[in-house]
Amino acid sequence: MKKHLLSIDDLTVDDMTTLFTTAAEMHDVQNRQVKKLPALRGRTIINLFFEDSTRTRSSFEIAGKWLSADTINIAAKGSSASKGESLRDTVLTIAAMGVDALVMRHPASGAALQVSQWVDAAVVNAGDGTHEHPSQALLDAYTLQRRLGGPGSLEGRHVVIVGDLTHSRVFRSNVLCLTRLGAEVTVVAPPTLMPSGVASWSREAGFATSYELDEVLPKADAVMMLRVQRERMTGGYFPSAREYTVGYGLTRDRLRVLGPDVPICHPGPMNRGLEIAADAADAAQSVVLEQVSAGVAVRMAILYHLLAGEETTA
Amino acid sequence: MSAPPPEQPEPSAEPEGRVVLDARDIARALTRIAHELLERNKGASDLVLLGIPSRGVPLARRIAARIKEVEGVDVPYGALDVTMYRDDLRRHPARSPHPTEVPPGGVDGRTVVLVDDVLYSGRTVRSALDAMNDLGRPDVVRLAVLVDRGHRELPIRADHVGKNLPSARTERVMVRLEEPDGIEGVWIK
Repeated sequence: MKKHLLSIDDLTVDDMTTLFTTAAEMHDVQNRQVKKLPALRGRTIINLFFEDSTRTRSSFEIAGKWLSADTINIAAKGSSASKGESLRDTVLTIAAMGVDALVMRHPASGAALQVSQWVDAAVVNAGDGTHEHPSQALLDAYTLQRRLGGPGSLEGRHVVIVGDLTHSRVFRSNVLCLTRLGAEVTVVAPPTLMPSGVASWSREAGFATSYELDEVLPKADAVMMLRVQRERMTGGYFPSAREYTVGYGLTRDRLRVLGPDVPICHPGPMNRGLEIAADAADAAQSVVLEQVSAGVAVRMAILYHLLAGEETTA
Repeated sequence: MSAPPPEQPEPSAEPEGRVVLDARDIARALTRIAHELLERNKGASDLVLLGIPSRGVPLARRIAARIKEVEGVDVPYGALDVTMYRDDLRRHPARSPHPTEVPPGGVDGRTVVLVDDVLYSGRTVRSALDAMNDLGRPDVVRLAVLVDRGHRELPIRADHVGKNLPSARTERVMVRLEEPDGIEGVWIK
């Protein structure tokens, strides 16, 4: 694996398979009484979050702790960043403390890449602007594979991704990850939330786009609902929340169209009643909570493979 | 790259060097180890066999089968992966862990027999003892190996040995088993 995990593009299919195999073993550790492996003893991981996050940050924190690394969280609020320090000075200061890995979330696309050029530590992108969120895509793919029949089971399966694609880094990483694993991907959004330039990217990367959820849904082997942020409501992207739900929400009626074995993913936090009905969120085929527990396992695998081995040059 | 494929040769590619144990020798050694275990333990009660991946796992399974033949008792067996507990993690590219499978009864209060193919420096066994510590607290832990080739770097010894094989550090000992490898025997080169 490369030294950093900034984008799904940093990973070969073999790397992903390795991560998934390791994650499966890490998953078993969660059921043990002693949830601790000594593999990263003496390594220091800093979670540097310039945006609010609960699940990603705590997931990385638990992952690091279960591997016996020392993990420290720094939130931008209350840090020197809010006192006007530049990003470069902030990360150089932290790196100077002797950090082995920086897990970073930042509102600017490309921030993690930029930081990786400044520091010696391994950088894990935990979300940069509207660009990428690779660990989320990996845990989604890992969860779907487990539901669909194990390693390699995404091959030829049809995954439908629905939601606010324009502002979604999860969507970008997921398209890269799923297509690489052989899945057929269709992304669905209202025209106002379909990113500009998606037409040429979809031809290049080999996925389909649609504005009509009801045409796509019957052919889905898995559905991934993305969060619609409340603040978009006032942005003129769609007339009303109700209108969005009617056109693109996973409602009770649409749930009936899906087969009972079609897994439903959501990266969270969910807006119940907006993009996903409570019936769908709580259905037996919903893997929302599995995604969360898989998140810890996959992040353990990522940290293990980035930090455990011998020092290599990137 | 992060993880090299598990150390496994081409199936059925016979290693170079001198044969020290053939398939029948291995079978006899395992039968003897099974008998020794039963004698030492005064029966099969509370025994748990844990193989250290990769080749300790099929060996543990075979010893359990031998015990079944002799005593008519199903001895629980499983696998104990030590990858995350190794002391040389920093010296190699990160390796992918193997499955750890603890039989349903767990290890607490049991007599756990660790099973591995080759005992050399003793570092793998040390890692296994650490891994065991995180799983529970057995009453007794014993060690059974197919080949003891010497050159210990830690104060560790085996309780049951298939064959003591004096070797030079420069020599390589290769164990191949039917289940993972398609051929069977122990070679030294």
